[in-house]
Amino acid sequence: MTDNILEMRSITKTFPGVKALSGVSLSVRRGEVHAICGENGAGKSTLMKVLSGVYPHGTYEGDIVFDGQVSRFSGISDSERAGIAIIHQELALVPYLSITENLFLGNEVRGRTGLIDWHRANGEASKLLQRVGLDENPTTPIGQLGVGKQQLVEIAKALSKDVRLLILDEPTAALNDNDSEHLLGLLRQLRSEGMTSIMISHKLNEIEAISDAVTIIRDGQTIETLDMRADTVTEDRIIRGMVGRDLDSRFPERESHPGEEVFRIEDWTVGHPSQDRHVVDGANLSVRAGEVIGIAGLMGAGRTELAMSVFGRSYGRYLSGQLYMHGKPIVARSVRQAIKHGIAYATEDRKKYGLNLIDDIKRNISAAALGKLATGGFVNAHEEIRVAEDSKRSMNIKAPTVMAVTGKLSGGNQQKVVLSKWIYSDPEVLILDEPTRGIDVGAKYEIYTIINRLVAAGKAVIVISSELPELLGICDRVYTLSAGRITGELPVAEATQERLMSLMTKDKTPARAGAHTPSTDDDQEHSA
Amino acid sequence: MSGTGDLLKKGSAPGSLPSKPPAPRSGSANPFRALTGNLRESGIYIAFVVVVLLFAFLTDGLSLSPGNITNIVLQYSYVLVLAIGMVIVIVAGHIDLSVGSVVALTGAVSAQLVIGSSQPWWVGVLAALAVGLAIGAWQGFWVAFVGIPAFIVTLAGMLLFRGLTYYVLDNVSLSPFPGEYNGIATGFIPALMGGYGYDAFTLFIGAVAVAGYAVSQVRNRIARVRYQQSVESMPLFVLKLIAVAAVVMAFAWQLANSRGMPIVLIILAVLILTYSLVMKSSVFGRQVYAIGGNLAAAQLSGVNVRRVNFWIFVNMGFLAAVAGVIFSSRSNGAQPGAGNSFELDAIAAAFIGGAAVTGGVGKVTGAMIGGLLVGVISNGMQLLGVDQSLQQVIKGLVLLLAVAFDVYNKRRAGVR
Repeated sequence: MTDNILEMRSITKTFPGVKALSGVSLSVRRGEVHAICGENGAGKSTLMKVLSGVYPHGTYEGDIVFDGQVSRFSGISDSERAGIAIIHQELALVPYLSITENLFLGNEVRGRTGLIDWHRANGEASKLLQRVGLDENPTTPIGQLGVGKQQLVEIAKALSKDVRLLILDEPTAALNDNDSEHLLGLLRQLRSEGMTSIMISHKLNEIEAISDAVTIIRDGQTIETLDMRADTVTEDRIIRGMVGRDLDSRFPERESHPGEEVFRIEDWTVGHPSQDRHVVDGANLSVRAGEVIGIAGLMGAGRTELAMSVFGRSYGRYLSGQLYMHGKPIVARSVRQAIKHGIAYATEDRKKYGLNLIDDIKRNISAAALGKLATGGFVNAHEEIRVAEDSKRSMNIKAPTVMAVTGKLSGGNQQKVVLSKWIYSDPEVLILDEPTRGIDVGAKYEIYTIINRLVAAGKAVIVISSELPELLGICDRVYTLSAGRITGELPVAEATQERLMSLMTKDKTPARAGAHTPSTDDDQEHSA
Repeated sequence: MSGTGDLLKKGSAPGSLPSKPPAPRSGSANPFRALTGNLRESGIYIAFVVVVLLFAFLTDGLSLSPGNITNIVLQYSYVLVLAIGMVIVIVAGHIDLSVGSVVALTGAVSAQLVIGSSQPWWVGVLAALAVGLAIGAWQGFWVAFVGIPAFIVTLAGMLLFRGLTYYVLDNVSLSPFPGEYNGIATGFIPALMGGYGYDAFTLFIGAVAVAGYAVSQVRNRIARVRYQQSVESMPLFVLKLIAVAAVVMAFAWQLANSRGMPIVLIILAVLILTYSLVMKSSVFGRQVYAIGGNLAAAQLSGVNVRRVNFWIFVNMGFLAAVAGVIFSSRSNGAQPGAGNSFELDAIAAAFIGGAAVTGGVGKVTGAMIGGLLVGVISNGMQLLGVDQSLQQVIKGLVLLLAVAFDVYNKRRAGVR
């Protein structure tokens, strides 16, 4: 009988309108590194949140058996007490506090008087840092450390709590090669000390290198668990598990007649806003009139960053690159200029970046092109309502009137308002970032229909999506992006989920400032 | 027609507007629902009417006497002027703590020129306005282009401009102003149409206001019908016009029976009308709401956030200067300590008038009612001889309850 430290049995977790997990099972043996992989939105993070008590017992169905006991965690402090620590992608450290202060935050080392005993705390911090192989003074403020070292501090923090199961969510996503290597080495060392780890990762080469077993999750279900110690498991095998899904008739038919090139991005390179690394590295792509192109990439590949930096440099530091509209070079330093040149960008996070949730439908629709409704600086409110009514009808926005507040609409209807806004700005090229995220199947179909109508009217559309079937279903061509670089370009007829996934997870030299090698080889290899 | 219309019209979509006969919907015909449906906005009007009636009852009608009404207008005019600018600042998600000091400084500059250097009255007014605009540009620069929170910038400004006031006045009060300057805030439009025991001109202005209101309402109604939007039923519409006309004419009658039409009231009316229109219908006003409602979304919709923020503060400086002129004129001189805590009155007026603490919501008319509400309460308590200390307590509670009501309302609405 195998010694399992953790068994999650048929976990089902439902959010309003969405079944995020349905009957997921996961068994982790004591002392192994267990990888979990799956596409974005497959349910990996949700599963880990169930395990760590972020979603407390009672909000999900199924059992968690940790160390032989059925566990009912009511919060993250509960699971921590049991010996489970989760290290999130976004690090939960306070930048202005020292390493020691962060390590013992909420768990301060107190002396007899009840005050914090800093000498003892610093001493223990040093010991923990040694254990994770971090050579830093414990009084250094966290903000002065790089992301890789911060990650190690997070692990040290977990170790300080006598953790027996360490969960790492995309630990190397933001790390360069050296730091990644160090982190993987640390995981190996901890394993030799008897620690069990669960690692969520998109980097298949890392999974191959370090994990003992891998569980693949897809569409909220466990697909399979592969034993990596058996030599037969390859990256291709994992990819097949991640994407193995059929295309069905979820996509409206469209005849494709692409015309002249409308929009082209050349050698686009963007720096991280605060760190010295390239988030987008020498990207090239083009889109023609009446064409839908897709950008596929995993979390952290730089898809949104590419789109937002193109859209009036709304993200990061512009380093190099040129935009062309109808073959003529254009400069779009601000959103305003980008809109003027005919670029529209519908954000992936409509609540945060797309809508004024406390305002009504009509004013949200007119927001990007108020000038069209104004004479002498004053808006024609009646015309505005008429425009909004038009959109409401043609986009089938379900709301009592256009005076309804957007914050109360469903996700699908909110998305239609965002699309209406950008369509009203009358763009040449629309960049749609995750246009169907978080909306139900029926509304998705409607969004696809709207996209088809746009290209039929001669617009160029760029769709960024985590769902490969969606890209295959609606695009003419698909570019793949990995670590900020275009790693491939496939006409949809030649693209399969497997081919895309292997391009998306392609091992890449990490983008580093000043030292980037051209990726043109890849582009040519896969272009039609 | 362009954009959405052309692009997305499908065969089955309804034809263009004129071809389809309007089907007027009378959704808001029920007056009760119209009132309660949007409690956030109507609540303040109901509260205002209740308070006015309450004090009229408590003071045996004294609070509605011609002399007292004139008094309230004169006494709170500068707070209302400040509140117009403040509500715009607050809607954009900022705050301005410096306006009290700006009132003092602009008044001091004006007094130094008119009283100290014997310049004509209009030189003082223009100089005060110029100083106000410069101050606004200064604060706007720090907020919009350097990115320092308005709370800090205007807290610094509060100290800075108070200090400059002392410097300009050399630590002493200056008074009195010559008659023309003094007349800005205390004067009345002379009896242009003669007096018959009451001022006919004031009634004439009142009638013009009523006619203007009726015309704009009728035009709006016609436009709404043309664009197939819901309108109130005809009897209700007429009733509304009659009610407004009655209130305005009653107010004008009271003024006419006192000292006539105060000049300040004209200034105030022009400012309120202009700024209501700007906030409701201008591109600038709409961008202010967009920034306050969701800064990131506004930015990604092409709003030049920096420029809008800059002009918001320039405008606030301008209105503070207007208030500075009115206040110095009313107090007939400039004192180093003038305008102390005016910023708090203006902020209170905006919040009581329904502006949201988180930005994005608020109206000029709301702020005016909010300011008047505080004015009527203070005035009524003075008439009743309520102790000064208790007056402060009550004003504080009114502010707290008004914002609590706003927060409650928002939670009930379930947005955010």
